[in-house]
Amino acid sequence: MIVEILITQMPYLLHGVWVALQLLVCLLALGFVLGLSLAILEVYGHWTLRWFGVLFERIFRGIPAIVLLLLFYYGVADFVDISAFTAAVLALGLRSAAYQSQIFRGSILSISQGQMLAARAMGMSKPMAIREIILPQALRLSIGPWTNEFSSEMKATSLAYVIGVVELTRQARYIISSTQGNILAVFAVVAALYFIFNWLGNWGLYRLERKLAVPGFEQGGQG
Amino acid sequence: MLLQVENIHKRYGTAEVLKGVSLNVVAGQSKVIMGPSGTGKSTLLRCINHLTPPDQGRVLVEGVEITSANLNKMREKLAFVFQDFNLFTHLRAVDNVAVGPRKIRGMNKVAARDLAMRELERVGMVERAEAYPAELSGGQQQRVSIARALAMEPKVILFDEPTSALDPELTGEVVAVMKQLASDGMTMLVVSHEIGFARQAADEIIFMDGGHILEQGPPEQLFASPQHERTRQFLSRIGEGGAGA
Ligand SMILES: Nc1ncnc2c1ncn2[C@@H]1O[C@H](COP(=O)(O)OP(=O)(O)OP(=O)(O)O)[C@@H](O)[C@H]1O
Ligand SMILES: [Mg+2]
Repeated sequence: MIVEILITQMPYLLHGVWVALQLLVCLLALGFVLGLSLAILEVYGHWTLRWFGVLFERIFRGIPAIVLLLLFYYGVADFVDISAFTAAVLALGLRSAAYQSQIFRGSILSISQGQMLAARAMGMSKPMAIREIILPQALRLSIGPWTNEFSSEMKATSLAYVIGVVELTRQARYIISSTQGNILAVFAVVAALYFIFNWLGNWGLYRLERKLAVPGFEQGGQG
Repeated sequence: MLLQVENIHKRYGTAEVLKGVSLNVVAGQSKVIMGPSGTGKSTLLRCINHLTPPDQGRVLVEGVEITSANLNKMREKLAFVFQDFNLFTHLRAVDNVAVGPRKIRGMNKVAARDLAMRELERVGMVERAEAYPAELSGGQQQRVSIARALAMEPKVILFDEPTSALDPELTGEVVAVMKQLASDGMTMLVVSHEIGFARQAADEIIFMDGGHILEQGPPEQLFASPQHERTRQFLSRIGEGGAGA
């Protein structure tokens, strides 16, 4: 009986996974671009930019994700007409930018100063040195910590449920209320889907980290 | 005059590290700067290519003041070899050498790689072209970094203690490469206490102390009859001249 429900409802759950995946990709992409820019500005920019970066981080790391979602959806929707999905991308993406900027800043600062000196001494401009020399090294070092950020954001997509994004968790609620189904069984399947989703992502990132590894450059690796 | 350094002053906080240093290097010359630790030798080299902007003074390359035009363009003429190599850790040896020609000088990939292989040949590192820096010994890394400098086809190469981070048995291979460059007519300004290089390859030794140039002269003269007591003490400490150990 419950198995039948789960099988007939599986397309809806998978659609929920698909929406969650879209949300995750969008928010991580926004967080990546903004977080990396913030990190570069904080390390190499004028002190006012550094100050702005710190303020941004404090704000977005200091407010619960669910409150951010509600603020962006109900707050912003008063001025511009945005969908729940867009509001979720903005709220979670900006928050992710705050976390990601910390990851990237840490990696950039861990690159030896001599790398920048050598690049500048050759005649590279600062932006070229950052692009050609610093970032290829810093981004490699970031993959490990970034995997954690991937996992927490993947789980955070379920919070978008509160503003009505029809992602996996909300699909589960629909199924439960429309079929009077077994709450525990449905959520067990949902949990398994999140787990697989997360596991695949981590596996992919680990593969990427190995693929890009440079001898003598692994974190705590053989050298 | 290829390189003119005029009246360089630099202070860090209250400490005046360079107190008006001037020197000239003619094309094809090698000059070696010596002096006690903390005397401002590294600071001087960095002021010359403005990695550390001096507080006062001028640097001219082929008569052009280096801050008068595009500083990055001018730095291409002044290669720098570091004590701790600073090879780009994520690039193979050949790419460390090719990255400058490719990205800065705008050469295409194939041409840059060919040039890089030729420069690696010059320093005897062709066999290890595909190795990453972490897979090379210190001496090998320093030779690759010299090839990286050469690939920019600079007018002058500035060396800051290129052998002092190396185990004694590895200094020889780097000194040999530097001697070869000097005899090929490369213009070099070298901070180093390598007596062998100084004696055989330097046209002039510059002795620095306390942010000044205390004395300078051809190696045979400076080593045999230093004018200042400080120079004598220093030379005997590094095992050369006077009451040498
Ligand atoms: N970035 C800096 N900030 C403050 N002080 C500095 C800085 N760089 C160098 N100094 C100081 O300037 C003085 C000269 O340093 P420098 O490295 O030029 O000496 P050096 O002659 O190269 O010595 P060594 O033989 O040990 O390499 C030292 O007292 C040093 O502590
Ligand atoms: Mg020094």
